[in-house]
Amino acid sequence: MKLGFLVDLNLCMGCKGCEVACKVENEVPLSSWRLRVKYIDIGTFPDASRSFTPLRCNHCEDAPCERICPVSALHYLENGIVNIDNSRCIGCAGCMMACPYGAIYMDPETNTADKCTYCAHRVESGMMPACVVVCPVQANIFGDVEDETSHISQYIMAHQGNVQVRKPEKHTNPKHFYVGGGAQTLDPLAHERIEGYSLFNKITHLDHIGDPNHGVIDRFLAPFEGHEEVDNSSMMDWASSAGSKKEGGH
Amino acid sequence: MVENTIHATQAVVTLDVALPGIIWGWMITLNMWAKSVGTGVILVGAFLLYRHKKEEMPNLRWIMPLIAFIFLNIFLLFTLTDLHQPYRMINIFLHPHWTSAITVGAWMASLFTGLVTVLMLIGGFDAFPDVRRHCPFAKKIRSISPFYEKVFPFVVFLAIPVTLYTAIIMAESSARELWQAPAEVMQMMWAALLAGSAALILVSDNWSRESRRDLALVLAIATFFSFLMYMGEYFFSFKSAEAEATLAYVHSGGAYNAEFWFGMALGFIIPFFLAVSNMKSDNKTLLKFTAILALVGLYMAKDVWLKIPQMLPLS
Repeated sequence: MKLGFLVDLNLCMGCKGCEVACKVENEVPLSSWRLRVKYIDIGTFPDASRSFTPLRCNHCEDAPCERICPVSALHYLENGIVNIDNSRCIGCAGCMMACPYGAIYMDPETNTADKCTYCAHRVESGMMPACVVVCPVQANIFGDVEDETSHISQYIMAHQGNVQVRKPEKHTNPKHFYVGGGAQTLDPLAHERIEGYSLFNKITHLDHIGDPNHGVIDRFLAPFEGHEEVDNSSMMDWASSAGSKKEGGH
Repeated sequence: MVENTIHATQAVVTLDVALPGIIWGWMITLNMWAKSVGTGVILVGAFLLYRHKKEEMPNLRWIMPLIAFIFLNIFLLFTLTDLHQPYRMINIFLHPHWTSAITVGAWMASLFTGLVTVLMLIGGFDAFPDVRRHCPFAKKIRSISPFYEKVFPFVVFLAIPVTLYTAIIMAESSARELWQAPAEVMQMMWAALLAGSAALILVSDNWSRESRRDLALVLAIATFFSFLMYMGEYFFSFKSAEAEATLAYVHSGGAYNAEFWFGMALGFIIPFFLAVSNMKSDNKTLLKFTAILALVGLYMAKDVWLKIPQMLPLS
């Protein structure tokens, strides 16, 4: 069994339902994302169109994150999912350096690496990942790519010639496919990213990686003192985190 | 004409999440720089011992492992400090994953630091026989003095993979195409020889003129080839779109253009000419100034090379 994902970009309407469902299901903290939907505008007015690209972990067959992880916190499950064991992670960020898709983040609450696991806990119980269930247009297709009768396998066969993966030149053998994608949507260097400009907000770079109240010294002291309860409101305290945004001091 | 005013794709990101920015920052730069000094003094020290009599460098036997010990501990300290879960560092030893260069490197660096510590203790207690003369520990260390010469060749051999394993970590960081170059291995080795010779120059006041000339020679060769390596990367960047986009940060107008050229000038170009000139005229002060410039410039060059690939959006 090899579980895979396929997103039909022709169907996706950018509602971000999957993004929200993922956040809720996996309790992903603010400022972090396991799954995100990126809007890209193509062309010039009036001949312009907008495309939506859901981006998540590719669960590569030759995952660079699994190879570089010094303690096997990132590991393969029998069904092909690249899973992560937070209790073992040392927070070296090697996986963040290795993942060509930028799919791994440092959880600001646990100070460990985290990422999409294809909702391994749900899959184990026979359920579909949260983002699949919530998608109103069934653009997310999930299943066993080794089973020729599965929906995903048949979808891939039906769209031969129009199925793509991101960055195939990296030889990671991703198990996440796109139908209806193009260079503009799948190659981050093929579209312009104008800093300081976005449709609904102006945040283009994270001010911090990790809990702003959990600096270098705090990491060492944490086991010996009661840890203040961290909730989403503390993550939004931008004013007090302004002084802790030096790089490397995360 | 329209083809001159509109990009072929004309695709613009209009809504996305914030980019994570630089994740491996100054602590990792300092980590790599300190390791270059720590292993470099052993490699260059071995070269000097091969070329000259011990009497020409009276303090080398103890000061070489002492410098290595100090800088290896700086390296290990910042390795630990940069972890988000520093106490779980122990997992590298309890749950090692051997495909990871981080794991292999941590094991080798720990062994290397342990052996350097032994060399430092033996060298130190031998060099200062009056220190803790009656201390049982010092007596024990002095009694195993011949162990120094036996273990030293192994330490020199081990210094090579300890120097180079960072390049393998870079190679495994497949998201950062700039680091995926065979030249990284040579850059690490030249950086170690540069840093090692520069560090030993700073303590070579009472050494023979010939040994100092050899240090200047090593420094000159290391700065020359380091500069060539960086220039090779700078001008032959068009191997991939990603490498090209990364190097735009150091090319003219790039955010790291100034730091890059300061690093090249301070670390390689100026030290090269000063070291070459110093091989004829033995000017200790100028040579020390050269060594400090080289160490500062090396830090800047490494810092730029570490950061610029992290500036690119990956998805």
